[in-house]
Amino acid sequence: MEPIKPILEFKKTCVSYTKQTMAVKYVSATIDRNTITAIMGPSGCGKSTLLRAVNLMHNLYPNIRVDGEILLNGENILSMEPIDVRRRVGMVFQRPAPFPTMSIWDNVLSGYALNGIRLSKTEKNETVERCLKSVALWDEVKDVLNKKGTFLSGGQQQRLCIARALAMQPDVLLMDEPTSALDPIATAHIEELMQELQREVTILIVTHNMGQAMRISSKSMFMYLGELVEYGDTETMFSNPSDERTRAYLTGKMG
Amino acid sequence: MTHLKTKHRLATDKAMLWMVCLFAALTAVPLLAILGEVLLRGYDQLSWSFFTEPTPTAYRAMKAIEAGDPIPGGIANGIIGTMIMLGMAAIVAVPTGILCGAFLAENPKRRFSQTVSYLTDLLQGTPSVIIGIVTYVWIVVPMRGYSAIAGSVALFIMMLPLVIRSTEETLKILPTSLKEAGLALGSNRARVMLKVQLPAAFGGIFTGVLLAISRVIGETAPLMFTALGCSFIRFAIDKPISAVPLLIWEFFNDPNLQELIWGASLFLLLFVLILNLTAKYLAKKWNQ
Repeated sequence: MEPIKPILEFKKTCVSYTKQTMAVKYVSATIDRNTITAIMGPSGCGKSTLLRAVNLMHNLYPNIRVDGEILLNGENILSMEPIDVRRRVGMVFQRPAPFPTMSIWDNVLSGYALNGIRLSKTEKNETVERCLKSVALWDEVKDVLNKKGTFLSGGQQQRLCIARALAMQPDVLLMDEPTSALDPIATAHIEELMQELQREVTILIVTHNMGQAMRISSKSMFMYLGELVEYGDTETMFSNPSDERTRAYLTGKMG
Repeated sequence: MTHLKTKHRLATDKAMLWMVCLFAALTAVPLLAILGEVLLRGYDQLSWSFFTEPTPTAYRAMKAIEAGDPIPGGIANGIIGTMIMLGMAAIVAVPTGILCGAFLAENPKRRFSQTVSYLTDLLQGTPSVIIGIVTYVWIVVPMRGYSAIAGSVALFIMMLPLVIRSTEETLKILPTSLKEAGLALGSNRARVMLKVQLPAAFGGIFTGVLLAISRVIGETAPLMFTALGCSFIRFAIDKPISAVPLLIWEFFNDPNLQELIWGASLFLLLFVLILNLTAKYLAKKWNQ
């Protein structure tokens, strides 16, 4: 596969919760491979809604409609089976959600267990070690892999959840405010980690934290009332936004 | 002036606190009174043989009374019957109830599940004597005889709504992020339910099952129509069988056996109390 081709493309994507109102309105954007794209905007602007459209989370709730197209490697996600899409598009949630009954080891491998995929003992060992190393958790937990994932601290739990998503080797990783429940030190760890991870996966992250967007992302989206107001290089957007609403948000006059 | 008002308000507050505490303490009185009564009258009947021997015949009991000896025999036939019927009822009611509860928790807005949910409430409120007579018509009549099977069907019907409700309630209070995290890995709903949601809800469901068992273990009326009773130890499931609550009723009706009422009652009461305490303990442990 040629690496220049955009991995993800939104084409007039719309999401509506009720017939009258749209939470996401005609969003069009292309996301490049192995980049980090931040989605910003005030509460209720539709940024999480847009993110959750990418792994078809909205299919769980019958009243939500998604229209337009979302292309993953050129294929329209909206006409694919959710279980196929979700194996290629991982997700990390706002609150760390390791499976409470599973050990750290089982949590990392849970994607395989939940899909009925059998791995050999060596494959399991390799996957666990590789994934925990890539989230910089291996040294901290390698002696307690049998302990429940919920024994870890919040930041460690979130890294475990990222490892769990990475174990399935997704093309795209969606992160829905992954650090908003964490303290500054844990947040810094995760940000550092994302910089490393963009070598293997394309990251789309929803964040409330403008500093975070500036630190980690190469491109940024600013959404307001369901519209994609501005999309471009993060540096340009922060130094010289082209839209008045973006400027108002970035200078703290709105949101 | 204001000082007086403050004093008055504090006094009212104190008076209310005392009242609330008093009434809260009063609710414990019936339970303690029952426990005390049964304990005082029944403790001296509990012995090893009380749990290992079946009910004595009226003649043997009469002889013992005449000789001034304690009544021989025990309630082993009842304990075994109760365990057999409860076990059979639970083996069917627990998986059925969990599946049904899982369905209700996952599809709360479907018309079908709303109907099922409503029917579950009605079933829970159905008087046990009616469940007994209906089971008699359904099972005892076609089988041409009372049996442990018929008794366990009646108990199954009584347990089912309790298991359904506790499963549904426990699953509903799990965070949605858990389910979504499972599905986000590309799994299907059935697998996420079996491997993530139900294990996470295990404590609550198990507590619910224990409470359901403790609720039906003392049921007497439905067993009168179905299990009938039996004065010796029996393991056959297609024959009439005894149960502890049935024995209490039988002892009450036989002047020679009345001494045994309290021992049997004490056993039943303690069993239910232990089940309840275990359920409480597990629920607490699970919530941590």
